[in-house]
Amino acid sequence: MHEMSVAQNIIDIVIQYLPEDHAAGVKIVNLKIGKMSGIVPDSLEFSFRVIAADTPGLVDANLHMQFVPLIIRCKECKAESTLDEPFFVCPECGSVNVDTLSGTELQITEIELEDPPQEES
Amino acid sequence: MSVITIERKVLEKNDQIAQKNRDDFSSNKVFTINVVSSPGSGKTSILEKTIGHLKGKLNISVIEGDVQTDNDARRISALGVPAVQIVTHGGCHLEARLVRDAMENVDLAGIQLLVIENVGNLVCPSNYDLGEAHKVVVVSTTEGDDKPVKYPNMFRNSSVLIINKIDLLPYLNCNIDQLEKNALQINPSLKVFRTSCTTGEGIDEWCAWLESQVLK
Repeated sequence: MHEMSVAQNIIDIVIQYLPEDHAAGVKIVNLKIGKMSGIVPDSLEFSFRVIAADTPGLVDANLHMQFVPLIIRCKECKAESTLDEPFFVCPECGSVNVDTLSGTELQITEIELEDPPQEES
Repeated sequence: MSVITIERKVLEKNDQIAQKNRDDFSSNKVFTINVVSSPGSGKTSILEKTIGHLKGKLNISVIEGDVQTDNDARRISALGVPAVQIVTHGGCHLEARLVRDAMENVDLAGIQLLVIENVGNLVCPSNYDLGEAHKVVVVSTTEGDDKPVKYPNMFRNSSVLIINKIDLLPYLNCNIDQLEKNALQINPSLKVFRTSCTTGEGIDEWCAWLESQVLK
């Protein structure tokens, strides 16, 4: 259960992008989560909500998680394959000499800010 | 609505501190291992045996991570090796910052080998670089041969696998060859040792490898 620590790290990064005048809060935080990132999405969402609720500018923020499959490239036969299980063996030729192309991500990609309130003219 | 593209790793702060730790280890010529496992696999017992074998040859220090108590640091100190205890008070893993704080009490200039014994947990410690040269994952035969399949990240991110408690194999329904095969499927580059802290089997091989890495 390190999702609380991960959520705190996300919030520490996101608050650096809040407008200085606090005119707009964060609406959505977009994350990339690899299949091999070791993250339990429900736990992360729960932890994020708990911390965000007490963080000015993030009270209404939601996490959007984009899940990234585990993809390897074989160094022998050059085939690229998506793996359902984390066995790092090329399904095409059986070689274990493979590179991981994706699936370990734990990354913030974008944040979306609320529109600042319109000033009355 | 305005969108800000940031593309930043969530654990970048930990990675930055880990890199500082790594630089300090490197400039002091200290070889560091991060020992990880589930609770009760025998990390501290392996460490006691390792210290017994290498104490006369290498200057060693230990950083112990536990959720509560300084029992493990006291076990190590009893062998005449300096040990610093980190108590996480519920935290399920060590982070680079905690190790960096503990390093203030480690004489880096005077040692060649630093062992960080992580909190017993096969999930979370795999995500946190501490600045070590290698993660060493310990799995004991009593845990069953499917441990690597259940916790692939830890086995993928480690360089060494120690299969401990091999003296108990006659009494257990654990196929050690299958265990090793499962681990190698996840990480074919794992260096594997089979040990028993009760009979001492395999400890020589493990210590010889470790010593060769330190003196490299």
